[in-house]
Amino acid sequence: MLRIPCPHCGARDEVEFTYRGDATVTRPGPDGDVGAFHDYLYLRRNPRGWQVEWWQHNGGCRAFLKVLRHTVTHEVRAVAAATETLEVPGA
Amino acid sequence: MSQRFRLPSGGHVDRSKRLNFTFDGRAYDGHHGDTLAAALLANGVRLVGRSFKYHRPRGILSAGVEEPNALVELRDGARREPNTRATVAELFDGLAATSQNHRGSLAFDWMAVNGLLAPWLGAGFYYKTFMWPASFWERVYEPMIRKAAGLGRASGLPDPDHYESAHAHCDVLVVGAGAAGLAAARAAGATGARVILAEQDFLLGGDLLNEPGLEAWRQESIAALEAMPEVTLLPRTTVFGFYDQGVLGAVERVADHLPQPPAHTARQRYWTIRAKEVVLATGAHERIIAFPGNDRPGVMLAGAARTYARRYGVRAGETAALFATHDAAYDAAFALAEAGTRIAAIIDPRTDSAAMQRAREAGFTVNAGSVVTGTVGGNALRGVEIGAPGSGGRGDAVPADLLMVSGGWNPAVHLASMSGSALAWDEALLAFVPGAASQHERSAGGCRGVNGIAAAAADGAAAGQAAAVAAGFAAAPAMTLPEAPAPDHRPYELWEVKGRGKAFVDIQDDVTADDIRLAHREGYSHIEHAKRYTTHAMGTDQGKVGGLVGAAVLAEAREEPVAKVGLPRFRPYTSPVAWGAIAGGEVGQHFQPVRRTALHGEHEALGAVWMDAGIWKRPAYYPKAGDADAWASVKREARAVRERVGVCDVSTLGKIVVEGPDAATFLDRVYANTFSTLQVGRARYGLMLREDGIVFDDGTTTRLGPDRFFVTTTTAQAGPVMQHLEFHLASAWPDLDVSLASVTDQWAAMSIAGPKAREVVAAVVTGLDVSNEAFPFMAVADCLAAGVPARLFRISFSGELAYEIAMPAGYATQVWRAVLAAGAPHGIEPYGVEALGLLRIEKGHVAGSELNGQTTAQDLGLGRMLKKKGDFIGRVLAQRPGMTDPSRPRLVGLRSADPARQIRAGCHLIVDGRSQGWISSATQSVVDPGWIGLGLLRDGETHIGSVIVAANPLMGEEVPVKVVSPHGYDAENLRVRA
Repeated sequence: MLRIPCPHCGARDEVEFTYRGDATVTRPGPDGDVGAFHDYLYLRRNPRGWQVEWWQHNGGCRAFLKVLRHTVTHEVRAVAAATETLEVPGA
Repeated sequence: MSQRFRLPSGGHVDRSKRLNFTFDGRAYDGHHGDTLAAALLANGVRLVGRSFKYHRPRGILSAGVEEPNALVELRDGARREPNTRATVAELFDGLAATSQNHRGSLAFDWMAVNGLLAPWLGAGFYYKTFMWPASFWERVYEPMIRKAAGLGRASGLPDPDHYESAHAHCDVLVVGAGAAGLAAARAAGATGARVILAEQDFLLGGDLLNEPGLEAWRQESIAALEAMPEVTLLPRTTVFGFYDQGVLGAVERVADHLPQPPAHTARQRYWTIRAKEVVLATGAHERIIAFPGNDRPGVMLAGAARTYARRYGVRAGETAALFATHDAAYDAAFALAEAGTRIAAIIDPRTDSAAMQRAREAGFTVNAGSVVTGTVGGNALRGVEIGAPGSGGRGDAVPADLLMVSGGWNPAVHLASMSGSALAWDEALLAFVPGAASQHERSAGGCRGVNGIAAAAADGAAAGQAAAVAAGFAAAPAMTLPEAPAPDHRPYELWEVKGRGKAFVDIQDDVTADDIRLAHREGYSHIEHAKRYTTHAMGTDQGKVGGLVGAAVLAEAREEPVAKVGLPRFRPYTSPVAWGAIAGGEVGQHFQPVRRTALHGEHEALGAVWMDAGIWKRPAYYPKAGDADAWASVKREARAVRERVGVCDVSTLGKIVVEGPDAATFLDRVYANTFSTLQVGRARYGLMLREDGIVFDDGTTTRLGPDRFFVTTTTAQAGPVMQHLEFHLASAWPDLDVSLASVTDQWAAMSIAGPKAREVVAAVVTGLDVSNEAFPFMAVADCLAAGVPARLFRISFSGELAYEIAMPAGYATQVWRAVLAAGAPHGIEPYGVEALGLLRIEKGHVAGSELNGQTTAQDLGLGRMLKKKGDFIGRVLAQRPGMTDPSRPRLVGLRSADPARQIRAGCHLIVDGRSQGWISSATQSVVDPGWIGLGLLRDGETHIGSVIVAANPLMGEEVPVKVVSPHGYDAENLRVRA
């Protein structure tokens, strides 16, 4: 029942979004080996606290957004475009 | 005389309105303003149910939502609702209520023998007793337990009522309309804030309803709130959950107080409320004391007896005793005495107090330093045994038909806890109170331990104002607050009186203090473990009256303070909520949306039999007069395609336009094969992998221009592919200048397939030379079809010469009719999804059953499509040893050795007695009659030509099948290129 402030559409209910997990992992380049792709695909930090994660506003503008959310309190503190960088507090 | 326990005056019932009702078939009457429990008590009905496990007789314990005992079935037929609390069910004329959980009559229940079996039915008895022999579980134990357990009966019929869901936003939500809640809502409303005041009762006021002296203030408060335009009052509305970010859930019982909902009115309404600030004014629940026989009908919470007397004008007994550990409970004795009940004894473990002195002055017998050691009676209380604490024995019996009990008050902290507030132990109250808020909420009044109506109202007013200010409003002038004395509610610490007989801590689940100790002895000492082992506090009442008592018993066993033992985690729902309310309007055909293609009406006119493809409706086949069965229709349609020509609606395929200077580069990265080399005006079959190397989707993609591609996906994966493309464009390659647009709904498409397809297409299409030379296999061009701008693709899924015409969805009907007309001389047949499947299995094309999320490109015989150069999704991880293992199941064709014997998708493929794969798709061939299929078989190629067994153990079938090449039909693709 989160509300996520979409930079394009305004504050919208969680039901309009699809969660896509940790947004800090990046796909290895063309030279990436099996180990690098394995880590990219399967390894997640699963922090207790702040996490930058992907949410797609698929019921709205369809943009993939970076959302800074606290995994314990579910507080959403910041939302940014896919190309922007969000700082994790205390990291 | 009816209602012989009804007082001549007083309370909030309308004695001029007589309501008739039945309980277990007997006719009674009550008054407007009664609950079912109040009306039953007014008629002297004490025994209302049987307990869950031991089938002990049970009566009415409380006067509210915390009721563990008085659970009844309301109404008849499809509207019958089990496990309804008589203490909150509003009486209406004609109500039919039935007691639950007994065989034989309520007064004599055969299952009460379980009480004698009690030594074997203690905590964890499921886990111990029904262990052996294992084969007995399904045949003997489970049916027996199912029959014996559970409470009421569901109607088993479709719910005739409808339900609504609604969303609300407000500045301040006030939960509970007792003194604190009314004051909070007034204070917040006075600032101009948008306020919602939700109250589960049908009357606002809470404990004010028991105070005739404060009735004027209650009415003035309600009038003031009704006059505020920004205040919404929601009576009969239970706020059952506090979720993240200020979201609360509530259910409004719109029509439960009526025999049935009026026309066009929902029975219940499910509210999702988003509040900037929340004031919790949920009050407190009185708790029981565990003593032997504390469950006998006639034992009642002291505050409940007071409520029945003051609010409903009902004496809950002729001769009453009070067993209390604090002064605030004594008002029950005074209220009952006022109502004409004889107070036989007051039992209090304390030596002296102000209330005890007042009681003595009133002429009551006060047994100071005493406890109740047991109860006397059968289906009703006849007497109370009084003894010294710790004596253990049976005390002196005092005759009484009502025992009022109060072990103290537990603040109703459920919602505060759910909001994330850590609970704190209050040593004076011997109860948990809300800790620091973690959301925008504050508790006021009894739910944070404030004592008395006047203090609660003052606390509520302050909280309401603070909430409004926090929501951005300016404080408004204060209101007049009520004044009333507040006897001390801090209890003497007494959780349990040990003695012979069952002392219940959870009366609904038949959990005794001994059960809690047993759980501790057996290692289930954590409160959460003890809860699950004993079922303590797991009933519909969620342990509101005895949860903390059980925790205290556990604390004593653990030799630790109650504060350390704590309570099990509070979760929604605070009170039972009907499934119907949760489902809301999303039932029946509204359960999910239906997608229809632009040609839906055409298929309907042709008598199509429908098939669900996700939420799409697609024609499965078109039966015709003379078709013996469904297979006859399907084979007729498939034969038309093989021999003449057929037309099929393929509009459900996903369609995505990929456009931009980097479109070709992007497609090279998302497809396993290459698209940058594709010429404009040509299509190519493409294969997408997931990043883990498993096949994701396939489809035909066309280059419409240098920077413009038209991607098609399977019907099922249209959405996921779109998301997959969007995700990688956003996350992995934001540098690529590409835009995506889903055009699935904008374009309709139909496939025209068969040896005569070209003649039909030529007759429909203008502005395009469709000869094999000018428009070869995999060609694509714009054209006019039936005068409509369209796009023609020469692609084939059936294995025949075939074209696909795509056109703006609004023109689809026009083109479809033109195709049927042009095809009539050639014997064209529309064909459905079943024939489509038959044709592709004959041809050996893979579809969803083969692209099942477990198969690699190599498994499907498509390994050579993977490009050797350049990056693409899935490239690296598809090279892992487990993915390239040559012994993985591979795609094979299958043919039943006996053409008459059916093979089925899902069969195991048995080689040398071991399952080595499965049949993924099966159908009947029209080219070479008999049952055929596709399957995945370990070392598939090595078995080609041999006969193995297709086994379906569930149906007891073993069918010999010949393993063949999957590409049995026109392996050289001469027909598609003809």
